[in-house]
Amino acid sequence: MTEWTEITKLDQIPRLGSRVLKAGGVDIAIFRTAKDTVFALKDQCPHKQGPLSQGIVHGTSVTCPLHNWKIDLASGEAQGPDKGCTNVYPVKVEGDSVYLALSADEVAA
Amino acid sequence: MKEKLVLVGNGMAGVRTLEELLKIRSDSYEISVFGAEPYGNYNRILLSPVLAGDKTIDEIMLNDEQWYRDNEINLYKGRRVVEIDRAHRKVIAEDGTSVGYDRLVIATGSNPFIIPVPGSELPGVIAFRDIRDVDLMLDASRHHKKAVVIGGGLLGLEAANGLMKRGMEVTVVHLLDTLMERQLDKPAADLLKASLQERGLNLLMERQTESILGNDRVSAVRFSDGSEIEADIVVMGVGIKPNVDLARSAGLYCDRGIIVNDTLQTFDPRIYAVGECAQHRGTTYGLVAPLFDQARVCANHLAQLGYARYEGSVTSTKLKVTGIDLFSAGEFNEAEGDEAMVLQDPAAGTYKKLVIRDNRVKGAVLYGDTIDGSWYFQLMREGTAIADIRRTILFGQHDLGDAGHGDETRVNALSNDSEICGCNGICKGEIVQAITSKGLFTLEEVRAHTKASSSCGSCTGLVEALLSSTVGEGYDATPSKKPICACTEYSHDDVIAAIKTNRLKSMEVVREFLEWKSPDGCHVCRPALNYYLLAYWPGEYQDDAQSRFINERAHGNIQKDGSYSVVPRMFGGLCTPDELRAIADVADKYSVPEMKVTGGQRIDLFGVNKEDLPGVWKDLSKAGFISGHAYGKALRTVKTCAGKTWCRFGTQNSTGLGVQLEKLTWGSWMPHKFKLAVSGCPRNCAEATIKDFGVVCVDSGYELHIGGNGGIKVRVTDLLTRVETEEEVLEYCGAFIQLYREEAHYLERTAPWVERVSLSYIKGRILDDVEGRKALYSRFRYSQQFAQVDPWKERAEGGERNEFTPLRFAG
Repeated sequence: MTEWTEITKLDQIPRLGSRVLKAGGVDIAIFRTAKDTVFALKDQCPHKQGPLSQGIVHGTSVTCPLHNWKIDLASGEAQGPDKGCTNVYPVKVEGDSVYLALSADEVAA
Repeated sequence: MKEKLVLVGNGMAGVRTLEELLKIRSDSYEISVFGAEPYGNYNRILLSPVLAGDKTIDEIMLNDEQWYRDNEINLYKGRRVVEIDRAHRKVIAEDGTSVGYDRLVIATGSNPFIIPVPGSELPGVIAFRDIRDVDLMLDASRHHKKAVVIGGGLLGLEAANGLMKRGMEVTVVHLLDTLMERQLDKPAADLLKASLQERGLNLLMERQTESILGNDRVSAVRFSDGSEIEADIVVMGVGIKPNVDLARSAGLYCDRGIIVNDTLQTFDPRIYAVGECAQHRGTTYGLVAPLFDQARVCANHLAQLGYARYEGSVTSTKLKVTGIDLFSAGEFNEAEGDEAMVLQDPAAGTYKKLVIRDNRVKGAVLYGDTIDGSWYFQLMREGTAIADIRRTILFGQHDLGDAGHGDETRVNALSNDSEICGCNGICKGEIVQAITSKGLFTLEEVRAHTKASSSCGSCTGLVEALLSSTVGEGYDATPSKKPICACTEYSHDDVIAAIKTNRLKSMEVVREFLEWKSPDGCHVCRPALNYYLLAYWPGEYQDDAQSRFINERAHGNIQKDGSYSVVPRMFGGLCTPDELRAIADVADKYSVPEMKVTGGQRIDLFGVNKEDLPGVWKDLSKAGFISGHAYGKALRTVKTCAGKTWCRFGTQNSTGLGVQLEKLTWGSWMPHKFKLAVSGCPRNCAEATIKDFGVVCVDSGYELHIGGNGGIKVRVTDLLTRVETEEEVLEYCGAFIQLYREEAHYLERTAPWVERVSLSYIKGRILDDVEGRKALYSRFRYSQQFAQVDPWKERAEGGERNEFTPLRFAG
């Protein structure tokens, strides 16, 4: 069953930055844009599994720190001529809290 | 309602303008395109390889009809526009189709020039301009034997080569005694002539065509000296002339071409002209690179931005004849007072000539070995002073240091499976394939699609050579004024100047002042702006962690598995048993999987989890260590040899001086990483002559060396000067670093920087200008007050905690 869980407060994620969420066996990168929109992606670049959470956030993209692939935060897809996609998780901000929806098997995975 | 944009001319310049426009604003116009030819947009410059059978028509299509549909563009193909009704703002085609416009772009290109001699109307006389001409020539090559090509320029020779490869017996007729006289000097032209003759081409020089003979089709060509030559077909390859008939009939002011201003507008500001039909500041262009420059500017204006200006182009030429490497740019015949530098090797079949005026390259002709064409072209366009590299300039860029590619300078001779990019394992074949199948024109595009030359960059010259030999003169050389990234039109120098003269003190202000296209920049420009602001406004500008590459944010080097490496600073490479014990204890406590002594004489601990970093630093901090900045665009290490305390050859206290230098310079942020070394004698055990700043001690004092690099491209330092005291070493070193910090481009090492600005310039600033040197040194010392804060200690004490602490999922 999927339900919304509060994971942190918005002010705990730096603007144009990210935090890593350890959820069972999965690392999820929680990003915050300049306009305070929050996105959640599996913390793994489709190229060579680089940690996207460590990249530079700009607009609604993040650039992977290993080989500069640019990943769209909303879709998880690589941009430009590069091809590949990483998982996207539903995330929302209510008041000053950030919520993530994650199913039980995803946590266990 | 959307405004209407009409393009007349479905060729490379016009369609490129639309592509540039769509990149900036995709929804600003309802777009219609008229093209006289019945195709989508194809790469006209690749018609010669099609003629020669090296490529097919499909391979040279740039925009198929689906592209027009995808972008909601109305394509009227095969319809020639015959009238522009400026009063009612509409264009009318041959078949009566009429479309209204708010803005109109004329890109009608040019017509082949048919010399007006008797018989030029006869069947069998063919121009060389479009797909139809190529079809006619291919058809002729199947049924006829003898071809005469009139014109020994670029166009004529490419046509002749193609027909010859199709099995025809080809004679080229040229009016002058020099082939390609607009691109080559006599010696290069003679080499070309010999090579073409060897391939079986007949050349008739200094012949003027008087008439073309024949009854129902051509049979011969007669020259003014009375001689004749048999011909089944005659190809006119003498040149092109801008197609201005439509514009002229609409009352637009035309000379040889349609006159345009710096935003590519004609006399009627609603009407633009781009490409071969346009005449800008007295010049018309027949090559592709300038047309693309024009397209960018025109699109910028159409998108209602209007800040881009076209200021003319400097062009270079390549001949697309398989197996012949030839490059020409600028003024290749020396005028009075110019110098010519020539390197000729008849046995190897190479010829290189540079024309030098006022210490700058004005033109280049290369035959046989063209790998350095793009480098000479760059020196020429950037107006680089060459006094310091004169002695070796003719041997090429790789002679400035071995780029690791040895003799592989003739890209045409390389096999398809030769590896070009060693970082990413990309071969020649893959690059050529990407260039042709995806229609790439720029180095940036090749990098994006293939990753070649996108990592260390040492193969850039080879990739550029492949690009130019594949697409010929269409190769869009990197503009001399290169924007920092896609977020801006401004170059590094522009941004540095704006920050300095307009006293811009935050990233937001810089982006607003310079009209950045994206609100928060990108991963390329943000770290650059952050650095420039930090360098210019020490103590005032607040460093922005989110604009730093992860290594500088996490104060460790990210490894491929996402872990980090930790390198504690050991001043001058010296250490005590207690310090070594402390490092060993940390390694044990945090189960560090691997340790290594680095090239800079420090100890590296690999595989530390990010969460553990603050703990590791806390323990190291207690033992007296600070960050080694092995992860930063910053002062890295000062490498030293044993020095006179122990070494029987030592002349000075090299370790002591190394420690002093490191105490002075640690913590300073730089455009790129910066390494120092101090050797105690000329045996140079600390390898000081491949460092950014190296000191070699001699009995009488200290030699100061600058601009060395032991990385991608090995470069030995230049000798800056000799000084007598340690105090002077510190002052000169600080001043040199500060000059580099203030004037180099972000991510430019000292080696290319010294080559770009020249050693003489740096000597002028550091040696000749004594007051200037002292001022630089004092600015360096001032900025060090703010920079010498140990980032590890801060974080070990709880700073930036969020950066290192993951969130836990409790749900």
